[in-house]
Amino acid sequence: MSKRNPEYDFAWCPGCGDFGVRRALQVALEGYSAEHEEPQANNVVVAGIGCSGNMVHLVEGEQPFGIHGIHGRSLPIAFGVKQGNPKLNTVVVAGDGDFLSIGAEHIGPAANRNVNVTAVVMDNGVYGLTKGQSSPTSEFGAVTTSTPLGKIETPVSPLKLYMSIGVTYIASYYSSKPRVLAKMIQEAMNHKGFSIVHVQSPCTTYNDTYDILKGKPKEGIKGLAYEIPEDHDPSSVEDANDLLSRPGVPLGVIFKKEGKTLQDRYEELRERAPKRTNDELLDSYLLQM
Amino acid sequence: MDKHDFVIRFAGEGGQGLVTSADALARAAAHAGYFVQTHSTFPSQIMGGPASSQVRISTTPVLSSGDGVDVLVALNQYAYDHHNEDLNPGGVTVYNAEEYELPEGGNYFGIKADELAKSTGNARAANMVTIGAVANLIDFKLEEIDEFITQRFTRGRDGDAEIIEANIKAVRLGVDVAASSGFSVGQLEAATPPDYQQIVITGNAALAMGATAAGLNFYVGYPISPATTVLVWMENNLWGEDRFVHQVASEIEAINATLGAGFAGKKAMTATAGPGFSLMSEGLGLAWMAEIPMVVTNVQRGGPATGLPTKSEQSDLYTSMHPAHGDIRMPLLAPGTIEECFYAAALAQNWAERYQGPVILVTEFGLAERGENIRRPDLSKISAESRTTVSESDTGKRYDSWDGSTPLPGMPIPGGPGAYVANGSEHDEIGDTTHLPRHHVRLTERRFKKIDLLDGAHYEIENANAETIIMPWGSSKGPAREAYDRLRDQGADVGWLYSVSLNPLPEEVTEVLKTGKKIIVPELNYLGQWSSLLRMEGYNAESITQYTGLPFRPADLVDSISERIGAGVTA
Repeated sequence: MSKRNPEYDFAWCPGCGDFGVRRALQVALEGYSAEHEEPQANNVVVAGIGCSGNMVHLVEGEQPFGIHGIHGRSLPIAFGVKQGNPKLNTVVVAGDGDFLSIGAEHIGPAANRNVNVTAVVMDNGVYGLTKGQSSPTSEFGAVTTSTPLGKIETPVSPLKLYMSIGVTYIASYYSSKPRVLAKMIQEAMNHKGFSIVHVQSPCTTYNDTYDILKGKPKEGIKGLAYEIPEDHDPSSVEDANDLLSRPGVPLGVIFKKEGKTLQDRYEELRERAPKRTNDELLDSYLLQM
Repeated sequence: MDKHDFVIRFAGEGGQGLVTSADALARAAAHAGYFVQTHSTFPSQIMGGPASSQVRISTTPVLSSGDGVDVLVALNQYAYDHHNEDLNPGGVTVYNAEEYELPEGGNYFGIKADELAKSTGNARAANMVTIGAVANLIDFKLEEIDEFITQRFTRGRDGDAEIIEANIKAVRLGVDVAASSGFSVGQLEAATPPDYQQIVITGNAALAMGATAAGLNFYVGYPISPATTVLVWMENNLWGEDRFVHQVASEIEAINATLGAGFAGKKAMTATAGPGFSLMSEGLGLAWMAEIPMVVTNVQRGGPATGLPTKSEQSDLYTSMHPAHGDIRMPLLAPGTIEECFYAAALAQNWAERYQGPVILVTEFGLAERGENIRRPDLSKISAESRTTVSESDTGKRYDSWDGSTPLPGMPIPGGPGAYVANGSEHDEIGDTTHLPRHHVRLTERRFKKIDLLDGAHYEIENANAETIIMPWGSSKGPAREAYDRLRDQGADVGWLYSVSLNPLPEEVTEVLKTGKKIIVPELNYLGQWSSLLRMEGYNAESITQYTGLPFRPADLVDSISERIGAGVTA
């Protein structure tokens, strides 16, 4: 059930990181709409399949439009929505399995196009909805229901992948501070081009990584997550690559490069494209030698 | 002997100008007032390999690629060996005497086209030498060819005149060779030029044009034979305000982007062939479930897997009508002629808008790339329908129950009122996931009931009182119609039934089917797919199948239909 719909057939587990991401997304959508004086109806949230996909039904308050599509295909669907109506603020919500395994083939084309879409990726390192199988970001050796003797594939490094494939806005954060995350998502929405906010969103049932991320300060254990140093220059490819070569989970904007979006490039083409009416087109086939 | 119909085939290797030759002859003949249809077959490679291109020239509209060949131009021994058997009685082969020799005494003669072309001062005029020979054999007016050459090579450049002169001379040299051979295959009857405007167009171009005429404004696709030319057409022509066209990274991207655009309010289409269509399966299921208007064109080739990428087969009917898992049956239009490609593509757009869901348009290699002169479509006949949307005052929800007794409720468009989730999971009225039985029942019924809204597709019924009725689908219509006409001329008791829409069938068509008469379905597949779907509905249907990768020959159909009805009629 959800707040607005008691018949809705789904619930996240208590403590799920996706609650924080939902809160952040909601604040970001509202913030973006207010900033641009646009109605909530101009927002479209495109989800794949998995725990993350249910985000689209669980946004509270005034409802945006949504698509709860098929596993792995949220990027091409969002591409169609955005190019179908470039005025729509189009946001993908996806999990690590959805985005980096079955859907990985779509990241490259989205980056090459620099399609003006924002992806919020919830990474919990496990397939939760199907009850605990190994995911692309599960650690090497991870014991899961589908890797009972330990995972024998090396994990994907999502941030390095995004950087190398040409994504023009890359941020990394965790689900624990929704207000900060919201700002990052809103900034990504404002970015002209393909933006990804990669969020560590722990699965309390199958892969509870809260302690690993944050550490246990009282016991003197350091977490993997660390704030990106203030002197980091996100416009620098070198800085971004430097940062990504360090261990741990950086929190903040890693890379940001403004440029022409697909729509910008497309409109330039349209300027010099042939313009013919249907009658003129048909006449080009008139019987002549 | 006067004849009203000739088939001329150029056979050899890809890259030898076979298509150019057939096309040149077709255009000259069309310009002289004849009806023409070309047909080519080539291997799936860029250059070379055995290939052929033919043109059928007739004083009446051409329905099929014909039975056999009246003039064969065989540019190498392989071409002669493989095409000679298709020669009609009285037919003649012109062989390439620079390449090989045939023993004396057959119904053929050699020609040294390259050598003769060189003697005109233009080595590139070899095609015109052979066209000259062909023209002499069928007694085709040389002035028409001269005019074709003059127009083709008048390009406002220095040297146009010399090129024209050389080509005309090349034709005459070919004529001389044929004349001195003593062969003739008859005289082509004079044409009565049609009194309407004509266009010369391929099936894929007609389809693209028809969709555009109905307001298509979003196209994405991925190259695949024989659907690639639809993508190329769109990339060249689908420009302008509020339009979008793009080559995407796969058929999976294509189907999902088409769906996203349909959701966002666009009239969206993608076109593919068998392998790509298989990849689109899951996306089509989502479009059906979430009720997203969009059109998917499947230009069939031979299958399964890579199959026969550049051959004709009608073996994707099952998969086109039932492309995804679950309870699904897609509305399906299958045009059978070039002209029908135009109108069916327009109707497919309108259907998608009208019933708020995916529509499948099925054509074939045999239609996609063949050229034909047809009546210029009447754009004023195309009414572009748009989906009903919602206003602020609407109290209905996106996925309310619907039983057909009221107009289909409007579809909210992002940016406007009525926000909902287009959901591939079973859902409630606003698109939230629910697995409650009542929702699955009411929405399954809604999704199927909507198909009743789809009408207006072309159909044909003739002699429905006959005991046996011929019911082809898709491009088998042409050869089946020729066979039907011949059978009727010979007094056979056969009827004719044809529908561009295979789902839903027009009421008038199902009424004929319900009489229980024997329905014979000529179709290019092994399983007899359409007849088995008809039997599934309880109709008395059986197939005449062919799975050679080639279209039916009317004479073969006359034989096989006669056998089935015991009429003792022969071709």
